Amino acid sequence: MNLEGILAQLTAMVVALVLAPLLVGWVNQCRAWLQNRRAPPLTQQFRTLHKLFCKESVVAYDATALFRLTPYIVFGCMLLACMIIPTLSTNLPLAPAADAIALVGLFALARLFISLAAMDIGTAFGTMGARREMLVGFLAEPAFLMVLFTASLISNSTSLATIVGTLAHRELTILPSLAFAGVAFTMVSLAENARIPVDNPATHLELTMIHEALVLEYSGRHLALMEWAASLKLFAYSCAGLALFFPWGVAEANDRVALAFALPVLVAKLAAGGFALALIETILAKMRIFRVPEFLATAFLLGVLALLVHLLLGA
Amino acid sequence: MTSFSTQLVNLFAAVLLLIAFAMLSQRRIVALINLFALQGLALVGSTVTVAYATGQHHLYYSAGITFALKVVVLPLILHRLIRKLNVKWDIETLINIPSMMLVGIVLVIFAFNLALPISEFSRSVSRGTLGIALACVLMSFLMMITRSKAVPQVIGFLSMENGLFFAATSATFGMPMVVELGIALDVLVGMVILGVFMFQIREQFDSLDISHLEKLKED
Repeated sequence: MNLEGILAQLTAMVVALVLAPLLVGWVNQCRAWLQNRRAPPLTQQFRTLHKLFCKESVVAYDATALFRLTPYIVFGCMLLACMIIPTLSTNLPLAPAADAIALVGLFALARLFISLAAMDIGTAFGTMGARREMLVGFLAEPAFLMVLFTASLISNSTSLATIVGTLAHRELTILPSLAFAGVAFTMVSLAENARIPVDNPATHLELTMIHEALVLEYSGRHLALMEWAASLKLFAYSCAGLALFFPWGVAEANDRVALAFALPVLVAKLAAGGFALALIETILAKMRIFRVPEFLATAFLLGVLALLVHLLLGA
Repeated sequence: MTSFSTQLVNLFAAVLLLIAFAMLSQRRIVALINLFALQGLALVGSTVTVAYATGQHHLYYSAGITFALKVVVLPLILHRLIRKLNVKWDIETLINIPSMMLVGIVLVIFAFNLALPISEFSRSVSRGTLGIALACVLMSFLMMITRSKAVPQVIGFLSMENGLFFAATSATFGMPMVVELGIALDVLVGMVILGVFMFQIREQFDSLDISHLEKLKED
């Protein structure tokens, strides 16, 4: 671990913390334009976070320590996830600490705590949201793992930095397995980030909501941390998708010229990805909660197909 | 044999497999017919690629026949049929999609294992794709078994022929021209006969659900 590595790691962290709310703001802006509404400013998410941090945090009478602790754990999990995914360079000192499977574990840990905290208060809404979150999570996780296994098999490693390095430098071949995995990954990340075909991020107090039901009891700085963690999760998923399927532009270790170009490339890729997300959210309708298993079973199927096609066709 | 055409054939094979799964899980009849046409198109693409890579000219003709028959004529006949039968927006409700997909995955693994020793003998460009062809055939079987309406069953039968044709082009360099012409004509005539048959079924039972055919006597 050298100074340059630590510096790269710190840059990655700061970039994640700043870009994540901006990404959410950008998606909201694109969606507003597509739906002929006036868009909120790009920095709206920062203003919301600032407002929430200034406010008093009200905690329910029955809340245990778990309820207070959860926002910090969830935020920490998401930040760590953002730091082990190669966003700017593959030279990350933290990368050996957690590979692709541990990344899924990190998301699972955050999900476990957020669900427990929602049940902790004992309201009907929180419990319902927790149950739905667990339903979505346990169906999305195997599909996500299949996608990661496909990428790992192609590059013979489960370390995210090695995967990205291998994928970015292979010769240009048509890989149907990677295409299938890409579609599966898109479906999984829509479900995991509570986006439109599965959950509506823009509603409150609706019987179908998942994410909002989980954080309903939080206020003040706890809510701010939860919101920030949610945007970090979206950022982590976007970066993982970009790193796996569009890995060009991520800098190698000790490549300073590429490192200078990495940030503009990342911002451009995120902007395109955010617009695509807004487009998906505009043209699709939210489905019934009982159709979610079907949706995620399709994602799992695509992941398994990607794995099979790679194993059996070698492509 | 360039490696790019192998990649292209592999891509078409993967698309065929994907469409087979999509057909297995599709509830709407109209979408099913469009998927069938798309499967035909992928088949044409792979046949043309194999023809170009190996220089087998008769494969161009068979690709042409496939295009005319499976992408244009048969979907048109099917569309007209469902319009006349008035089942255009029919939805099959009683299929459990997630478990069907799991069975489909098992079928794919089984087909690949079955095809592995056979494809060892083949020296063709696309020997790895024999397993996919077999999987497509098996999945069409599964579709015919699980569907209870007559039209999806016919589409399953036709897509099974797609799988067989793909197996023929991937394992060998296609069947002889005479055989291919014969099969094409058979499929066309079979389609016409099945169309008449469907009208008869509906006239007898007021429905296209073929589970009515299981009873021999009227009660």
